[in-house]
Amino acid sequence: MKQLNYIKLEFPARSANEGFARAAAAAFAAQTDPTMEELGDIKTAVSEAVTNAIVHAYPDSVGLVQMRLRILEGGVLEVMVRDRGRGIPDVKKAMEPMWSTGGEERSGMGFTIMASFMDSLRVRSAPGKGTAVTMTKRIRTKAGR
Amino acid sequence: MKVLSNYKEGRLTLFLQGELDHHEASEAMRRIARLVDDYLPRDCVVDMGALTFMDSSGIALLLKISRLMAETGGRAWVENARNQPLKVLDASGIDRLIQISTAARA
Repeated sequence: MKQLNYIKLEFPARSANEGFARAAAAAFAAQTDPTMEELGDIKTAVSEAVTNAIVHAYPDSVGLVQMRLRILEGGVLEVMVRDRGRGIPDVKKAMEPMWSTGGEERSGMGFTIMASFMDSLRVRSAPGKGTAVTMTKRIRTKAGR
Repeated sequence: MKVLSNYKEGRLTLFLQGELDHHEASEAMRRIARLVDDYLPRDCVVDMGALTFMDSSGIALLLKISRLMAETGGRAWVENARNQPLKVLDASGIDRLIQISTAARA
C-alpha cells in the first residue's frame, strides 16, 4: 500500500513517556479524521505497545524506543513500536491472556487489548536483538459511517 | 491522575480522575492499599466517572483492589465507567472477577 504520510519518534524507555507517545500518536492520527472511538482505540493500543517496551525491553538500563506511524492508502493507519532490548524468548506464550513477567501493575492483557482494538497485530522478536510490534487499523471515512 | 476517596458506613468509594496508565498505576496502587488498610471497608466502589483514559494497567489495578478486598471478606465493584475505559474493561473479560455496574452502561 502506498504511504501518504508518516512520523518517526524516538524516546528513552521511561514510563513518563507513555502519555507522550499516545498523545503524539493521536495527534498524527487525527488527520485521518477518525471517530472518537477509533482515536481511543489507537491511543489504547499505542499505550500498551510502548509500555511493554518500557517495562520489558531494558531491565538493566534505559534504552531507546522507536515509534513510527504511517498513513497508507485506503485510510489505513499503521503503528510500529520498536525496541533494541532483550527480546521475547517465546512470543506465542507472551501473547497469551494474563501471562506477564512484569510487576503487579501489569495485568498480562496488553497483547489481548492491542489485538482487540486494532485490525491486525504482528509481533516479531529475537532474544538479544529486540522486539517490533506492528499494528494496523482502517479508519472508516465519514462517507461510510 | 488523581485518586480521591470517601468513606461512609463501611463503604469506601474511590474516585479515579484523569488518565490511568503504567506510569500512574504504581502510586495509585500504593495509595489505595493504604486506604483499604486504614478503613478495612466492607464495600469498595471504584468510581470511574472522571477517568478519561485507561489501558490494561487499570485492569491490574482492579485485580489488586479485588484481591485486597477479598483478603478481608469485603467486595469491590466498578461504577460509572464510560466510553474508552469501559471498552478496555469489556475486552479484558474482567467482569468475570469484579462486577461492572450495569448502571454504568445506561
